[in-house]
Amino acid sequence: MIALEFDVRVQQEDFTLHLHDRAEVQVLGLVGPSGAGKTTLLEAIAGLRAATGVIRVGGRTLLDTPSGVDVPARMRRVGYVPQDSLLFPHLTVRGNLAYGATDAARVDAVAEMLEVASVLDRAASVLSGGERQRVALGRALAAAPDLLLLDEPLGALDPARRDRILPYVLRARQALGVAMVWVTHDLDELTHAADRALVVDRGAVVYAGPVSGALPLLGRDRSR
Amino acid sequence: MNQSIFGIALFSAVTAAVATLLALPVAVALGWLLSRRSFPGKSFVETVVSLPLVLPPVAIGLLMLQLLGRERPLGRLLDAAGIDVVFTWKAVVLAMTVMSLPLMVMTIRAGFEQVNRRFEAMASTLGASPWRVFWTITLPLARQSVVAGALLGFARALGEFGATIVVAGGIPGQSQTLAVAIFNLTEAGRESDANTLMFVSIAVAFAVLATASAVQRKGRRT
Repeated sequence: MIALEFDVRVQQEDFTLHLHDRAEVQVLGLVGPSGAGKTTLLEAIAGLRAATGVIRVGGRTLLDTPSGVDVPARMRRVGYVPQDSLLFPHLTVRGNLAYGATDAARVDAVAEMLEVASVLDRAASVLSGGERQRVALGRALAAAPDLLLLDEPLGALDPARRDRILPYVLRARQALGVAMVWVTHDLDELTHAADRALVVDRGAVVYAGPVSGALPLLGRDRSR
Repeated sequence: MNQSIFGIALFSAVTAAVATLLALPVAVALGWLLSRRSFPGKSFVETVVSLPLVLPPVAIGLLMLQLLGRERPLGRLLDAAGIDVVFTWKAVVLAMTVMSLPLMVMTIRAGFEQVNRRFEAMASTLGASPWRVFWTITLPLARQSVVAGALLGFARALGEFGATIVVAGGIPGQSQTLAVAIFNLTEAGRESDANTLMFVSIAVAFAVLATASAVQRKGRRT
């Protein structure tokens, strides 16, 4: 569990996104329709997008505009796994995993856990979709982040692959105890992984609380 | 004509290679700066970098000659250090460097612009400093354009004439390049020798341009 607090504003083209939450979480499930501001929030937390307000992760202040604090992305210790994995195409799997790794032993441990040890010397560009997402997850985990941001990590996979990858993410959560913010459209993912839900729409928080309370708002018809 | 055809071709290739090596770090720095940063005076820098493309090369040569003249601060400085530039091989290299730089900057800049900036953002979330991001992500992903830029710069340097003849004089055995030798031989009525050098120039330029084009195509595919 980690104390996660954010109250951020990001100027969008046609509206100002304003999202806030404060809770002790292991996995915060972030749900909402396309364009609601989910990715924008993740990028603001990661330090990849200009934002104003306050972001605190585990008591560390990453952003505090009134106090002039804005920790650069490289010093935030916040991992990011995008939907399209964004593996460095010129590096091998090992090169990707080791890029931000704290030590070599952690690379090996993460590779074992995510079952990519057998493809460590392969070029990242030749991996299958499922392997790519596992390596992207491993790359972020190997850097030992305080918080992991997952932007629909399984969204680009077909249902069968998704079902195979989901246990790896849950295993990472279990084994490494890293807190996560998990963007998903899938209510099964939400109920399996998250211990708190944040429902957003058009840049504002519609619901924040237990996952069970979010389900009626979302409706089972939206699950895949 | 004291130099052999081989000697002239070798002199041109060596000076063009040195000029390319000198221009490459500058072109990489400028290419990155112009593709990745907004700053006051950016348009001015872009214009200055592109000037050798549109100005008559002879005018660039004249400008260099004046800057390096002993009555100018730069010329005085070099003179005090005992360095002779004008009418030497160093002037050839300098002229080639200045004339090939714009082509290299344009090619390398285009390469940097094609690099997906999200890779760089991803690297920064993994703790990489901007310097490390450049060396480990941006530059390797733009490597084909850097190689293509260097090859195009080399080809341009090899064909350089106008600025070279003004600032280096084209003295046989001292500062005579392929292009200058073709001119000198034609002026002297030695058409056969001039034609030989012309074909050598065409062959070298063809090989370099074909390689640059292949490298760029490979870069677009990856």
